[in-house]
Amino acid sequence: MIMSIQVDRAPIVRATLDALTVFVLALIVLGPISGVVLDGFGFQGHPLRPLALALVVAAGRFLMTAALSTGAGAFFVGRFNAATASSVKIMAPQRALRTPWVLALVALGALVPFLADKYWLSVATLALIYVLLGLGLNIVVGLAGLLDLGFVAFYAVGAYFLAIGAEHFGIGFWSALALAPLLAAICGAVLAFPVLRMHGDYLAIVTLGFGEIIRLVLINAVDVTGGPNGLPAPEPTLLGIEFGRVAKQGGVPLHELLGLGYSPNGKYLFLYGVLFCVVLAAVHVVTRLRVMPLGRTWEALREDEIACRSLGINHVMVKLSAFMLSASFGGLAGVFFATQQGFVSPTSFTFLESVLVLSIVVLGGLGSTVGVVLAAIVLTLLPELLRDFAEFRTLVFGALMVVMMLWRPRGLIRPARPAFSPSRTEVAK
Amino acid sequence: MDLHIAAQQIANGCALGAIYGLIAVGYTMVYGVIRMINFAHGEVYMVSAYMSAIVLSVLTVLGVTSPVLVLLLVLFVTCAITGLFGWVIERVAYRPLRGSTNLAPLISAIGVSLMLQSYVQISQGARDQGVPNLLAGSVQMNIGSGTAQFTYMQLVILLVALSAMAVLTYVIGYTRLGRQCRATQQNRRMASALGVNTDRIISLVFVIGAITAAVGGVLVTLNYGSFNFYMGFVVGVKAFTAAVLGGIGSLPGAIVGGLILGLAEALFAGYVSTDYKDVFAFVALICVLYFKPSGLLGRPEIQKV
Repeated sequence: MIMSIQVDRAPIVRATLDALTVFVLALIVLGPISGVVLDGFGFQGHPLRPLALALVVAAGRFLMTAALSTGAGAFFVGRFNAATASSVKIMAPQRALRTPWVLALVALGALVPFLADKYWLSVATLALIYVLLGLGLNIVVGLAGLLDLGFVAFYAVGAYFLAIGAEHFGIGFWSALALAPLLAAICGAVLAFPVLRMHGDYLAIVTLGFGEIIRLVLINAVDVTGGPNGLPAPEPTLLGIEFGRVAKQGGVPLHELLGLGYSPNGKYLFLYGVLFCVVLAAVHVVTRLRVMPLGRTWEALREDEIACRSLGINHVMVKLSAFMLSASFGGLAGVFFATQQGFVSPTSFTFLESVLVLSIVVLGGLGSTVGVVLAAIVLTLLPELLRDFAEFRTLVFGALMVVMMLWRPRGLIRPARPAFSPSRTEVAK
Repeated sequence: MDLHIAAQQIANGCALGAIYGLIAVGYTMVYGVIRMINFAHGEVYMVSAYMSAIVLSVLTVLGVTSPVLVLLLVLFVTCAITGLFGWVIERVAYRPLRGSTNLAPLISAIGVSLMLQSYVQISQGARDQGVPNLLAGSVQMNIGSGTAQFTYMQLVILLVALSAMAVLTYVIGYTRLGRQCRATQQNRRMASALGVNTDRIISLVFVIGAITAAVGGVLVTLNYGSFNFYMGFVVGVKAFTAAVLGGIGSLPGAIVGGLILGLAEALFAGYVSTDYKDVFAFVALICVLYFKPSGLLGRPEIQKV
């Protein structure tokens, strides 16, 4: 019956009616908060703001209904349908894995130190840190299909491990690089092990709580963490040689050893170089993991947990491995972040940071490595370019998540995985 | 340990717990029907706090002064608009995702929560907002060696929260609509085969959740007089803890869990540390999930193929 009513009406009338309904709804829902701004115990009226908002929403609805009534529009909108776009594309065996793109990205990354000044070098370092974070979170969210909302906690564990370790236990950049991932992985295991038995949603809220606990502890445990003032992080060294103008811990600084003039960029160039190598290694690890039995099990669990369990897969241990590995990526990124900033404080580890990393994973495609790398770079560079719109950043991230889930739940770049095929030697026989 | 201080903390804890319980209803009902944690629920509560302050200041300008009338009007208008909010959120951000990947509704909910937060921040500013005390005065009681103070507002909170729960229990337990809700909760496909419009019921559950959160929002605003755009996050996690503690999916469990959590938090803040009272709530959540994931009144979750 409903169908017949819809068919009888002219599309333009239907679009107008839809738009009108949406207009009134938007006015009621959005009106009070945007139109009446509280000011002390009184308020200031801004009647134009809700009107403009409602008009924009109504116009959007009008266009959408109108587009749906034409054949081409319906086809176009249908392509953005959550239900149809939610499958993983399986490529033909032996197809090349987007190699040119990957090579171009690597070349670009390797060229940055020669092209960038100090500001852009620090932006590029930050972008690579987010690539690392994105790759880490992607293991849990994209491959294993578990939502981790407190990823920033492991990032903080890595950063504070370096800062506190340097103060009390003589830990330096390199030892932190080796130990922080382990510590973060242990934290992840302790946190997640009991929760992984349950419905996946619980993990999301427990990690959310854990992220918040870590932040509150960092603020309140002033004796150990320096509270809101933070802690200094040690300078990186290369084989015990420092990058500063003068060597603070004795010995000769690097630029004197090499007989070069002192450059304040030295430390950052070195850090970028190490980080770049680590990111390349991480990309390699993640790519290989996806075709290993473990990685395939992660994805299988994500698609159908009950089927996997009835085939004898220990779902807790498999999820735990994903969670620990992801946490260790976070810890690793934390060490780089602390070294780059030379300083750690709780303000760097808010929930918004977790959200940023999650947006990277969501935008890049849950499970796609190339997508995550691109998204990390885009989402770190864009805010630098669009500083004037900083206050809309959270709004945009939120809208991005909803829109991506509605239209492209597997990300802008649909993850493709090579089909399973016997190895070439087998074929040759 | 002074008896009157303990009594005071218990009174504060009950008021706080009643509010947690009201917000927990939204989590528990939504989880019961579609097995999803509605992360945006804390933000709906935050929006309702702003809404109630806006209605209150508009009423003040219009010259309505009778406290009872103001309270009722604020409650009614805020609940209506917030309920609509809940409906719109479900319609726009969750309904199209049924049948999508497991993760999609969760991420969408996080997105909605971020959008609401920053929408309120952009339109209302980042500073703390306040409302005047509507119902000043308190009951003084001599207990032990001192006096404990129970404000009228705390009494109103308990009264409103308990009556809201009573109405809800009646609606869910004894009406046709409630039967449809329970049927949808038990088996959505079967319910829909038997002629229940499950989409409508799911919308309705979101609306009910938003309305109870709005009742909580109004009461908090009028009791504490101060609110900000990021308060939904912490309160949301605490209310969720309350829902899990009471047994997620169970309506009386929500209010029991809320009261227990509110009392525990007030006593912790009073006797141990106020700095760590939020940490306490999170640790409580993790402990409950470790040791009693089915909650006090809930049933253990059984997965069916």
